Amino acid sequence: MPGTYIPWDYVPVMIVFAFAVMIGLGALVGGLLVRPRRPYAQKLAPYESGNPPVGEPRYKFSVKFYIVAMLFVVFDVEAVFMYPWAVAFDKLGMFGFIEMMLFIFILLVGYIYVWKKGAFVWE
Amino acid sequence: MTVHQLIFIYFAIAMTGISLLVVTRRNPVHSVLFMLVLFVHIAALYLFLNAEFLAAVQIIVYAGAIMVLFLFVIMLLNLRREETEEKFHRQWPVSAGAVAVLAVFFIMIVSKIVVLPALGEYSIDAIRSEGSIMTVGKVLFTKYLLPFEIASIILLVAIIGAIVLAKKSTNS
Amino acid sequence: MDAGTTLTIMDIRPFVPELTLLCAGLILILLDLIVKRKEIVAAVGVAGTIAALYATYKLFGYAQPQYAFFDMFVLDGYSSFFKLIFYLNLILTICISVKFMEIEKASCGEYYSLLIFATSGMMIMASAADLIVLYLGLELMALSTYILAGLTRKRHRSNEAALKYFFLGAFSSGFLLYGISLTFGLTGTTNIRDIAHAIYALNVMDSPILYLGMIFIVVAFGFKIALAPFHMWAPDVYEGAPTSITAFMSVGPKAAGFAVLGRVLFDAFGGMQVQWTSVLIPMAVLTMALGSIIALSQTNIKRMLAYSSIAHAGYMLLGVIAGTPEGLTSTANYLMIYTFMNIGAFAIVIMLRREGFRGENIEDFKGLSKSHPLAAALMLIFMFSLTGIPPTAGFVGKFYVFMELINSGYTYLAVIAVVFSAISAFFYLRIVMYMYMKDPGEEIVITTSPSMSIALAITCVMVLILGVFPSFLLNLVRYSILG
Repeated sequence: MPGTYIPWDYVPVMIVFAFAVMIGLGALVGGLLVRPRRPYAQKLAPYESGNPPVGEPRYKFSVKFYIVAMLFVVFDVEAVFMYPWAVAFDKLGMFGFIEMMLFIFILLVGYIYVWKKGAFVWE
Repeated sequence: MTVHQLIFIYFAIAMTGISLLVVTRRNPVHSVLFMLVLFVHIAALYLFLNAEFLAAVQIIVYAGAIMVLFLFVIMLLNLRREETEEKFHRQWPVSAGAVAVLAVFFIMIVSKIVVLPALGEYSIDAIRSEGSIMTVGKVLFTKYLLPFEIASIILLVAIIGAIVLAKKSTNS
Repeated sequence: MDAGTTLTIMDIRPFVPELTLLCAGLILILLDLIVKRKEIVAAVGVAGTIAALYATYKLFGYAQPQYAFFDMFVLDGYSSFFKLIFYLNLILTICISVKFMEIEKASCGEYYSLLIFATSGMMIMASAADLIVLYLGLELMALSTYILAGLTRKRHRSNEAALKYFFLGAFSSGFLLYGISLTFGLTGTTNIRDIAHAIYALNVMDSPILYLGMIFIVVAFGFKIALAPFHMWAPDVYEGAPTSITAFMSVGPKAAGFAVLGRVLFDAFGGMQVQWTSVLIPMAVLTMALGSIIALSQTNIKRMLAYSSIAHAGYMLLGVIAGTPEGLTSTANYLMIYTFMNIGAFAIVIMLRREGFRGENIEDFKGLSKSHPLAAALMLIFMFSLTGIPPTAGFVGKFYVFMELINSGYTYLAVIAVVFSAISAFFYLRIVMYMYMKDPGEEIVITTSPSMSIALAITCVMVLILGVFPSFLLNLVRYSILG
């Protein structure tokens, strides 16, 4: 059955989480209730350090950002695999070490490839 | 109704609702933000299934890295037209009908579920006795060694794909 | 507990072919950074494939299946035969693409390493004894193929092909994972043999959940094999992808899909044969019908060959429906023959491609026999073989499948298949008619290269030899699968 287990260890985390949500929402809702509302054009305009706003707030990003984000995801996943390895390292011994080195080696080939292709060069 | 069931029902309903919000928002950035909420809910559900490590991964990888990727892609495409046009194809009632029929079919099957006793060796107590991450580590690096190494090749292919498809070819 | 010590070097031996090919892929990535000439990268790729082929050949002798990596990976005759198809597919594709990718201005070293990784994924699929490994092999294959389909990124058609292939591929992965998780939830294991045991031990044969899980898995591979009604992506993707990749993915993923379908349906769901046959029969009939009939109205040869490949998937499925190991043997035999004739046909299409001329319309074949009699004759052989006219190999493939189907008592299905096979003759022979009976419109220039000639020689000779002396291949496939 789903939910036959309650993670009691995480109850404090959840309480903090609930507080965080409450404070965030509370500030918004509280402000909404208390503040006076007298809108006019200048006030509704987005704040750009006192200058009049220029152009669209959203513009087309360069594809370079995407490559960086993609590489970040890949190496992030690689790092995630290292957590359980680090925790269970003494149980796994030499075998686990070689295994992880092979994993890192394969991604190192990818790293060399990315580097040589100049994906880290920002021009 | 026990407290477990209440918690599960909350997550089930909330996740369905948030998913609907994700696909119906006009502004894609709003969709992405709702998806973030969805990911947090999924992580919490993993916690209630005694999968701590998976919950952490869900936050680190999905709510962290993949979310950023989504935002970049939205910025990249600059979906101006998307926001003004009709959100759904005009034949959406037809597909909604098909989905409804499928849902009925699905519910009929699910109602036939016979709950069997837990089959695997990793019961909740067994995992709690040595910790979730330790259990994952021991299983992943012994029994699931081959899938683990194949995963590295898949990641490598993903790297190559990103460069081949998106990198502007510098004259090399 | 130290499970690591139980893994000796012996355990890795069944994995050596895959290991060889994966190492070749890694070397190719690094080599591409140093070497400028792409022909060298391609040649090293072929060398790596031949090394892997040799490893498979050396391991072929073991009659008993060998398990490795905690029963997750199996080396047996069945997987070895399919690996042979994958090697041939890879080598032939590399041969036909060296010149073509230059003309497409998309010549890059990654192309060859991605081809090799995709093939490794197929091999892992064929050898998977566990659904997790199967899924990862599938993703390795699929991810590489998505990228390859979009490699000519300046062309919008190619982008569209990659994107469509990716979306539907992701969709089918979702189906596969649903199927796997339902099966796992019911049986408590992802190991293919253990699933069969658990189904008996827990007595859940009639469970609708298991039925649903099986259907999801069939649907997922229906997408990969392009069975109707999951074939919609195939024409667009085949048309948009670079032609060499179209040749590659009309054979490789299809063969891998059949390898997996055969293993999962026969080994894991062997006790549910009545159920899965009842799902597959309508799919097979629909697939043959749609493929053969829609192909009639195509004007682009790549689209036509896409529908033709859909129809062929229907014929191949008939061998699985027969439900016997002999039936599966006939499907494997058909796939091997299909590899030769289909890549041969695509090779001719590629030869028509030159700077500033796509050569993808059926009209472009007008009067080919006048200007290039040899190319026209080769195309004639491949078209005859795809139709299934004796004495070409295509006839042998179809004949053997239909025979096993009748042996299993599905005579009516064999009759339907023969009818659609006759319909398909119209569009295959239309190309022959254009080549031989029409006057050439404009001058046809053909691009050749030594590697292309090798590929054409291999495919053409094999199509003819297997057509006249089918027993060589039949003995090989029987020995591999039936033991």
